[in-house]
Amino acid sequence: MSISHHISDDLLLSYAAGSLAEGWSIAVATHLALCPSCRHRLAVAESVGGGLLETMEDDASVQSSVDQSWADVRSRLQQQDREAPAIRETSVGRGGGLPEPLRSYVGGDFETLKWRPLGRGAYQIPIKTEDRETMVRLLRIPAGKPVPEHSHGGRELTLVLAGSFHDGTGLFARGDLEDADASLTHQPVATPEADCICLAVTDAPLKFRSWIMRAIQPLLGI
Amino acid sequence: MSRRIGVDDGSDMRELLCAVGARRDIDAYERLFRHFAPRVKAYMAKSGGNSQQAEELMQETMIAVWNKAGRFDPSKGAVSTWIFAIARNLRIDAYRRERRPEFDPSDPAFVPDDAAPADTELDVREASEQLHHAIAALPAEQASMLKLSFFEDQSHSAIAARLNLPLGTVKSRMRLAFDKLRASLARAGDVS
Ligand SMILES: [Zn+2]
Repeated sequence: MSISHHISDDLLLSYAAGSLAEGWSIAVATHLALCPSCRHRLAVAESVGGGLLETMEDDASVQSSVDQSWADVRSRLQQQDREAPAIRETSVGRGGGLPEPLRSYVGGDFETLKWRPLGRGAYQIPIKTEDRETMVRLLRIPAGKPVPEHSHGGRELTLVLAGSFHDGTGLFARGDLEDADASLTHQPVATPEADCICLAVTDAPLKFRSWIMRAIQPLLGI
Repeated sequence: MSRRIGVDDGSDMRELLCAVGARRDIDAYERLFRHFAPRVKAYMAKSGGNSQQAEELMQETMIAVWNKAGRFDPSKGAVSTWIFAIARNLRIDAYRRERRPEFDPSDPAFVPDDAAPADTELDVREASEQLHHAIAALPAEQASMLKLSFFEDQSHSAIAARLNLPLGTVKSRMRLAFDKLRASLARAGDVS
């Protein structure tokens, strides 16, 4: 099975440039872990960064201090090389599990997740980030259950990790990334075989309500 | 070929970085340092820090270059691209105080490339030359937009506000520029 919904150029370039907020970047990086073809596109976007770095003007004030910088760095290297090199941690997981970087953010794989009930068979796990523009959560939508039709007030990225959903525009399965903006009105329905587990990243709440928020809002009474 | 663009240095830089990775070659490292340190510092200075912060971040970047040189794979891309990625991640950490989420190729859930990449070092060299030409040939409005995005840590909506342009215009210029650069790489080799 191959992925059919990929990262937009806009998101990919922002991620390569380093200007994409952490929350959106989690969805992008987790899709990249599952998608060799988007990793090729990322390599192109990053080589744009490398090419631009090469064209950086030789600023005279910067240039004049390079001897001093070199002396500093050389002595720092001598210092650190006397200390033992760090051993890299090995990660645990399995083929169909939660990919990095997401697994570290939620602190475990599928079987150890601490789901919080949302009612009507749906569950969530909020994910903390340092950025203030996004809200990030893992969601579990019960098999075969529809979510009310709605439109968005902002951007919403949904990355499927297990199970699948239909939204009227297509089928989204593991690795597929749905990139929805305010203009999209859709009706996502989890397919009947299994619960659908997905990562949902939205503009921070209060600005608008995502389809998930709409779905749970009556249950939470907000 | 323009000296600033440094294409002629490309293969040279690659050999130097491999020598650092394989043999901890301090002379090779010094040559790399003298080429990249001023560029990395200028990059850090553009992103909003003062000169001292830019110097510190440049030193962190170059020390990471020394420490990680063994992981550089010359068949995957240019030295400048590899160093750019290190500098970018340190900048995010320092200025934005956010984590940089990245995939991990050693993760068991990671889906590897379908076929062994056919890239050779020659392909990569050719591709980066093509890319440098293509960057130089971009219309000014597209080039400046790419630079704002890559160097000044500006989101596409911040760029739109700053240039007083609709967000859609910023995104479409960015996409046009990216399409041109990607096409130049597709012509050079197998990266599509
Ligand atoms: Zn993809």
